[in-house]
Amino acid sequence: MAANVFLRRSWLAENGALAALVVLIVALSLLSSDFLSVTNLLNVGVQAAVTAILAFGGTFVIVTGGIDLSVGSVAALSAIVLAWTAAVAGLPWPLATVLSLVVGVACGLVSAALIAYGKLPPFIATLAMLGIARGLALVISQGSPIPMPDAVSHLGDTIGGYLPVPVIVMLVMGALAAVILNRTYVGRAMYAIGGNEEAARLSGIKVSRQKLITYALSGGFAAVAGIVLASRLASAQPQAAAGYELDAIAAVVIGGASLSGGKGRALGTFVGALILAVLRNGLNLLSVSAFWQQVVIGVVIALAVLVDTLRRRGMS
Amino acid sequence: MRIPALVIAGAALALGLTACGSAGPSGSNNASGSPGGNIKIGMTVSTLNNPYFVQLRDGAQAEAQKAGATLTVTDAQNDASQQVNQVQNFASQAMKAIILNPVDSDAAAPAAKAAERANIPVIAADRGVNGAEVAQTVASDNVTGGKLAAQELAELLGHKGQVVVLQGVAGTSAARDRGQGFTDGIKAFPNIKVVAQQPADFDRTKGLDVMTNLLQSNPGINGVFAENDEMALGAIKALGAKAGKEVKVVGFDGTPDGLKAVKAGTMNASVAQQPTLLGQQAVAAAVKAAKGEKIEKTVAVPVKVATTENVDEFKIY
Repeated sequence: MAANVFLRRSWLAENGALAALVVLIVALSLLSSDFLSVTNLLNVGVQAAVTAILAFGGTFVIVTGGIDLSVGSVAALSAIVLAWTAAVAGLPWPLATVLSLVVGVACGLVSAALIAYGKLPPFIATLAMLGIARGLALVISQGSPIPMPDAVSHLGDTIGGYLPVPVIVMLVMGALAAVILNRTYVGRAMYAIGGNEEAARLSGIKVSRQKLITYALSGGFAAVAGIVLASRLASAQPQAAAGYELDAIAAVVIGGASLSGGKGRALGTFVGALILAVLRNGLNLLSVSAFWQQVVIGVVIALAVLVDTLRRRGMS
Repeated sequence: MRIPALVIAGAALALGLTACGSAGPSGSNNASGSPGGNIKIGMTVSTLNNPYFVQLRDGAQAEAQKAGATLTVTDAQNDASQQVNQVQNFASQAMKAIILNPVDSDAAAPAAKAAERANIPVIAADRGVNGAEVAQTVASDNVTGGKLAAQELAELLGHKGQVVVLQGVAGTSAARDRGQGFTDGIKAFPNIKVVAQQPADFDRTKGLDVMTNLLQSNPGINGVFAENDEMALGAIKALGAKAGKEVKVVGFDGTPDGLKAVKAGTMNASVAQQPTLLGQQAVAAAVKAAKGEKIEKTVAVPVKVATTENVDEFKIY
């Protein structure tokens, strides 16, 4: 029974964001004749991919009641490490790719160690990591873009002219996030810690260790996002993904997660990332002026979350 | 009470350092005989998060080494208030000249005034300073560059067609001036229609995404002007095989990656600034100013249009 109620409540919570997405899609279809085509919707998928992958990683962190501000920088650092080790140091690309994922995970572990053992607030620990990772990306690359190895750049391709690989990667990472959150001990521990950290500790969850895993996952997801981003351009850029952490957090929150922890689902985050991508795409199609675009994006983020909170308040 | 006390202590300390700095090392500097010997120059760069400014810094460092000056470079990370702090720090380090590459021309006045108070000559590099006197402004002319881009694109299109503009970060002087120059320049060609102007924030990924979206709403376009090379390179990715052929692409800056694309034929032209030369000239002027020599108020570093024909004349670092 309890599980059933839980399921129904989260479905409703998700439908809030989903409703916002549907409204947005209907509105844009009416306003622009170019919006509702298969090609354009696939474009939206590609443009959502990087934010969505970052946001899936961010969902883990936000579910535990933490926050990860470093994901944009970690994404850039991971991509730079891959490109540099392959193009400059001459490592074979599979090894370079593994190394780049390791770097992403390591960044997450360092943040988590500062949080779990150094007792730093997650905001500060990951803010420090934001600077460190971006700085290291600049140090390694000397501030200039580095070409990605061709084999890895296929991640940015479109199979058969229709199926963009970034969309596939996004769906795979989303499914992975959903499985981790819903079907594993690690996922349940995240919800427990976010719900009440002290209660989680008393019920025998090793909170520090679970936090290490959570931020390591976030770092790993950020590395994947960075690799996808660099593959799309066939070039790793030290300044890539700057500010994406805020988009990722917005996607998670639009998707129904609570910044105070304990709530959040991969599917909701996916919808949140789609809302942001649909919005940016639509503003381009409608030729909205540069100055107004930022206003519109801000208003839609506020409305999407507001709709969701109101629905949930109505429910309880 | 605690905070004001701290501020006063800090200010006193800063003042003390400034005083020591301007009195102490300067004496010993004059004693040393080498031509540019021990001339300490501080340089604050708006951001090193962009290959263009990295080239600017590299040019400056090369010139400083040649002149035997000591160059300290700081990164303002696109934050105008941080830049003011950096200039103040330079003043307290007894720099003989300061090269200021403003984050924003309007917001740079406090930084320039801070240096003026300490009697240190300021060279404004790449962007001017509005509302404060500087010893020299070394910059390339973005408005002229925008006009040149419009002319080049018009020639490439045979004076007719539909073009889109990828704009830089809204509100920055580079985006404003280049856009203005382009709009003015393209007016001379009544058969060329600007069908969309959209921001892609000087960013390659955004250039790719925005261009992809614009192709949906304007499938008939045959020309693109991007206000920097990074966005142009993103647009080229979006255009795929059409880039440089059915759709002509003109970028701005002449960065190494941009020039490579011009050579490969995917970018038809880039209005090349010469950041390395700009950096060199800024340091040369700073050394002269530090020695008390008279220098020109403004130096315009020429912009040159790099095309497939002449791209080899441009130095690709």
